[in-house]
Amino acid sequence: MIPCKPTSRKLTLFAFFIFIFSGIQLSAQDGKALFQQHCAVCHNIFKPMTGPELMNLEERGPWSDHNKLLEWVHNPAAFMAKDPYTTGLHTQYGIIMTPFPDLTLKDVDAIVSYINGEVAAKNSPKGPTTGVAGEEKPSTSSNAVIFGVISLILAIIALILMQVNSNLKKLSDDKEGILRPEPVPFYRNKIYIAFVSIILFIVGGYYLTKGAIGLGRSEGYQPIQPIYYSHKVHAGINQINCLYCHGGAWESKQASIPSVNVCMNCHKAINTYEKGPKLYDEDGKEIDGTAEIQKLYKYAGFDPKNSSSWDPSKAQPISWIKIHNLPDYVFFSHEQHVRVGKVQCQTCHGEITAMNEVKQFAELSMGWCVNCHRQTKIDFNYDSTKGNKFYSIYEKFHDDIKAGKMDSITVKDIGGLECQKCHY
Amino acid sequence: MSEKKYWQGFGELNEPEKLQKQTQDEFQEELPFEGFDDKGLLDAKAPRRDFLKYLGFSTAAATIAASCKIPVNKAIPYANKPADLIPGVPKYYASTYVQDGDVIPIVAKVRDGRPIKIEGNDLCSFTKGGTSARSQASVLDLYDMYRNRFPSRKVSDNKFEEIPTFEQLDKMIGDGLIGAANAPVALLTSTVVSPTSQEIIDAFLKKFNGTHVQYDAVSYSGMLEANLATFGKKEIPSYNFDKANVIVSLGADFLATWLSPVEFAHQYSKGRKIDEKNPVMNKHYQFESFLSTTGSSADERFTHRPSETGAVALALYAALGGNTPAPVIADEKLKAGIAKVASDLKMNAGSALVVCGSNDINVQSVVNAINNLIGAYGKTIDWSVSLNYRKGIDKDMKDLVDKMDAGQIGAIFIYGANPAYDYYDADRFKSALKKVKLSVSFAEKMDETTQLCNFIVPTHHYLESWGDAEPKTGCTSFIQPTINPLFKTRPYQTSLLTWTGNLTTYEDYFKNYWTKKLGSTEALEKTLQDGVLETAAAPSSAGSFNGATIANAATAISSAKKGGKNELVLYQKVSIGAGAQSGNPWLQELPDPVSKATWDNYAMISMPMANELGIKLDNDYEYYPEKPVVKLTSGKTEIELPVLVFPGMNANTIAIAVGYGRTDKLGKAAAGVGKNAYPFSSFNGNTISYSADDVSIVNQHKTYKIARTQIHNTYENRFEVVRETSLATLKKDPEVIPEYRKELTEEYYKGSEGDFRKNATLYPEHSQPGLKWGMNIDMNSCVGCGACVIACHAENNVPVVGKHEVMRAHEMHWLRIDRYFVSAPFQPDELQAVVFQPMLCQHCDNAPCENVCPVDATNHSSEGINQMAYNRCIGTRYCANNCPYKVRRFNWADYTGSDSFPNNQIFTGVGELDPVVEQMNDDLTRMVLNPDVTVRSRGVMEKCSFCVQKLQAAKLNAKAENRELKDGEAKTACMMACPTEAIVFGNAHDKESRISKMRNDNPNRMYYVIEQLHTLPNVSYLEKVRNTNEIIEVNSKERQEEADATSFVQGPKGLKI
Repeated sequence: MIPCKPTSRKLTLFAFFIFIFSGIQLSAQDGKALFQQHCAVCHNIFKPMTGPELMNLEERGPWSDHNKLLEWVHNPAAFMAKDPYTTGLHTQYGIIMTPFPDLTLKDVDAIVSYINGEVAAKNSPKGPTTGVAGEEKPSTSSNAVIFGVISLILAIIALILMQVNSNLKKLSDDKEGILRPEPVPFYRNKIYIAFVSIILFIVGGYYLTKGAIGLGRSEGYQPIQPIYYSHKVHAGINQINCLYCHGGAWESKQASIPSVNVCMNCHKAINTYEKGPKLYDEDGKEIDGTAEIQKLYKYAGFDPKNSSSWDPSKAQPISWIKIHNLPDYVFFSHEQHVRVGKVQCQTCHGEITAMNEVKQFAELSMGWCVNCHRQTKIDFNYDSTKGNKFYSIYEKFHDDIKAGKMDSITVKDIGGLECQKCHY
Repeated sequence: MSEKKYWQGFGELNEPEKLQKQTQDEFQEELPFEGFDDKGLLDAKAPRRDFLKYLGFSTAAATIAASCKIPVNKAIPYANKPADLIPGVPKYYASTYVQDGDVIPIVAKVRDGRPIKIEGNDLCSFTKGGTSARSQASVLDLYDMYRNRFPSRKVSDNKFEEIPTFEQLDKMIGDGLIGAANAPVALLTSTVVSPTSQEIIDAFLKKFNGTHVQYDAVSYSGMLEANLATFGKKEIPSYNFDKANVIVSLGADFLATWLSPVEFAHQYSKGRKIDEKNPVMNKHYQFESFLSTTGSSADERFTHRPSETGAVALALYAALGGNTPAPVIADEKLKAGIAKVASDLKMNAGSALVVCGSNDINVQSVVNAINNLIGAYGKTIDWSVSLNYRKGIDKDMKDLVDKMDAGQIGAIFIYGANPAYDYYDADRFKSALKKVKLSVSFAEKMDETTQLCNFIVPTHHYLESWGDAEPKTGCTSFIQPTINPLFKTRPYQTSLLTWTGNLTTYEDYFKNYWTKKLGSTEALEKTLQDGVLETAAAPSSAGSFNGATIANAATAISSAKKGGKNELVLYQKVSIGAGAQSGNPWLQELPDPVSKATWDNYAMISMPMANELGIKLDNDYEYYPEKPVVKLTSGKTEIELPVLVFPGMNANTIAIAVGYGRTDKLGKAAAGVGKNAYPFSSFNGNTISYSADDVSIVNQHKTYKIARTQIHNTYENRFEVVRETSLATLKKDPEVIPEYRKELTEEYYKGSEGDFRKNATLYPEHSQPGLKWGMNIDMNSCVGCGACVIACHAENNVPVVGKHEVMRAHEMHWLRIDRYFVSAPFQPDELQAVVFQPMLCQHCDNAPCENVCPVDATNHSSEGINQMAYNRCIGTRYCANNCPYKVRRFNWADYTGSDSFPNNQIFTGVGELDPVVEQMNDDLTRMVLNPDVTVRSRGVMEKCSFCVQKLQAAKLNAKAENRELKDGEAKTACMMACPTEAIVFGNAHDKESRISKMRNDNPNRMYYVIEQLHTLPNVSYLEKVRNTNEIIEVNSKERQEEADATSFVQGPKGLKI
């Protein structure tokens, strides 16, 4: 006999499922990617850069209305003409924002919620790091914990109630003289055991699968490099163009790490690190920038006191540790993405200008690649004056656009999801 | 009116039912489990426990693999990056492939400092970017692990000791030369085509009062001397096959191995391209003793005994009105052939050409007289430009060996020649070499001659060298290094310069020479960039023919000894040639165009001879690799070889390829492959003869396995694979193919409306919004040379599997060339034609393979490519089973060494892989791999990808430059390699592209293979046309019904719903 009523069983099941799924969060991948792609070049969330910081932007100006925000993003100059707040910004920062006519309201929503998520994450540093899913689902990390605790309490109450119920039933049956077997304790009850097994299987299976999918992925990988090279100092503070060192990103599949002679172009003159902010490694230990430059000199065979006698051919290469590893069966071309696709470095490499030691920002998984290919619009030549002329052969799309069947062309439309675009 | 049968092997003719049965098991392979006693998994002794064992092992293996840490990868940039080098972007350097006098201007593709692919140099006026299989494969020789890696000195019979520095070496050689001071010095080389090297050699010889002997493994001495006798020049004139309407070849294999096959094939194919509105083409007659590659392309073939070559030439001369008595030709067919050819030549005087492959002075003199009669000189043969490919004179070599034997030579320096292997009397050369005090070899590899020398001073591979080559008067092709020398080697020219006392290196010498000649360093740089330097062509000259020696030649030919019962002729295979590259695994695995055999040489015999020997040409002969072995004896030479039987051979002729039976020091690829046939050649007093007049052949009643690819990939009786017609038929009844297509289309239209393509399939139509790649193969231009197959090997990292795997039908070629014999039904020996059909993935829009893949590993791209995702493939092989074209290849084993488990190449269950696979997996050899193409591991399917990496690169280039993709920018490797431009590739959506024009301009010849299956391929073919007057009965419907009646699978009929 089953010692409890079907309704209570259903309840228990329900409680357990709530418990399980409340821990799973929807990611804010879209917002993050969009932010990195469009905003991160000029905006930081927490501090002003080329443009103002974006923290709490909904509390400023007219931005609580996302439609206005969208209008602004689409055409800043036109919006500014009728809005005093943005005119003020113009006088403050001296430039007008780059228009992004491709962004939609959904994109803007996603970006704002990503920013809010980041802000919330910073304010409650103990919560999980991922942000929010969207405005309509404001289930933040604290909510998840509350739901989890409530589910757990409910589950325990349900368990106790079921035990009480079965004991009472036994008592009343005894009283009425109906012979019943001694109730089985719950830990030997086959129903409970089966139930727990199934739960364990589901939970275990979920984590196993997740772990298996994550095999070989190394998001957040931040090895200690032979020289403490700070991208923040070089690309952030000193604003050296990425392509100055990683020229291959423009014309080759490999972005390539600069050779020692490229470093020495500047460091023949820059011998010390003095003016910049103090540098710390991951453990919080202070780094002596000048000593790191000395390490470079050792590789280059350069003596700063006797700089004229330097012989570049005697230099030794530096064994950097590779961070972004794609499997051998993936063909990835930086030229395709950076030069043709006009993708910002930050989209895949994160806010590199703020990183001292570089870490892997994206998970570099196929799903991550494909997601971007689904969303990213290509530089299609909607008419003969703009866009990449290569796409003029896509007659069908031109016809469809004219006929109003399509409004934009994404990477997916030109075959960006096909196997042999990357695997051959 | 005549009927025809297209067939690939005797089994198909004689026992079709059995063949059908056997080939149905094409993909059946037992799993290599042991201990099941053939009872299957469930009936085995301990199936459950075994199952649990395997389960346990795989779980444990997966756990171990999963718990492995991600390895730490290093990214090490240059210390000093050269300014013009971008990692990941290939650079191209013009250079020249020079081998035994063969000269092909090439462009080497260099990726991150490694040359990985050879392409033709299309600035060269005579090859126009064409290449040969051997030049394509030469990049693999660079990374040959068996190259001589340092200079060494012989210390005992088989032992060499490294000489630490070149200074020490120079001292030793200097001492040796002083020691040999009173005896003359000899320099033995293959034909030297380099003007700078010639200067250096001259200076060297002047200093030491030496002689220079040029020696070619397969000699053209007869031709050179005949030209001396009749034109007063010991040279070879240039040939213009493109200007000839009638081409007669007397045993010259000019499309595959004769003189300059790439150039000739290019010229020849110009006359084979047909304008459908006014179909004309050149006419090619071939007289030969066996079935050669060139003979396979001929419009009409006549066979004769090797000893009759002279008689045929003389009879032709007499028939053309030559002033000599006609010899008696017994064979009526041959006689009629000569008469027919003579009248055709007469009619086309001034636009006809006769070439001859004989090495006999008299025969070549008569051929010269014929060419003089038909007005070839000044028109199709040009004396103003001479060909420098071969200069060796057999008598000089004979004299040298005599002198060496007499102890008159003090020192010998050998470059590019290997007489210990390929000389007709190699034993005599070997013993003579021992009598020379100082012998120095410059060889790259430890060949037979080098093993006998005192010193080895290895020279660079041509991809590491500077140099020049003048293959034709007024045309110089340059060699520049594409990689730093891999080993401690030195150009032989530098060695000679040093020993002459000139301390400049060859690099400086070369640069000085050409800077002076061209005027400035800039001019030299520009020339090196182009790779070829051609001066304006001189007006063609007829030379002055002197027929004084013809009468004597005629007498000599007439009085020549008649052959015995059976005769033997030696030939070169298009892959191995004279044998210099026989250590090259790609070339060894390239199926011969005619026999489709890999990894061996064999005796080609005729069907009557097979009958006499008691060899039954049944299906078992064709199906199983075991072939009967015969013993061939001629004089003192006797060898045992397996036989292969061919139609269209002269009944009493045996043909054997040279270049096999090499020393195992050349590497795992050459060890134990074939037998050396050079000992059958002989010296006739003036020149070396590559035939034997009287050979006995005895069936040894044992067998030897030959790996042939012919019966692999059968079409299971489907016809309409290959289409061939005669010129007369094409003129009379041009619309056979369009009518057939119309019939098919109407069949599909029945009861439905709208689009033909759409209605013919259940599946949604693939949309191709932008590009649609397409390929067209002109079977009329294809001569079967195999350059495309090797190009595909190199471009796509196609693995070498070794002989044993080929025998099990596991060869991996993405592109194969199918060979079909054409004869009347039941008359197989009356060979009418041979058709070569390059077969590769047809990239069907309605692909049968795509529908059956359970994991969607093969699917269709929006550009019309049938794409294959290796990492998704789980190896069910359903796709290969369902492919009507049989072009998919399965990695049965870890041929590439790409698996993470090191012992995956050892299979106790099915036998180990051949050692050559190990050679291909050596770290050095793997440097040849193309980094843009995945190296496939065991258990995945692969096939032609249309060189998608090249297409993607071309598209990216266009995008980066913000422009449209130009026609001809995206090319496949096979198309680029082809010397005859048989393959055209491009965007079929572009109405102006070559591919579209090719298809539109040839509606009457364009067809798709097994069109009735409605697979909608993206590869189209142009029908083969033979230039004959024969009218071929064509009635597609009747033929189809007839084929249906005999077909077991009921393929075509079954599909007609």
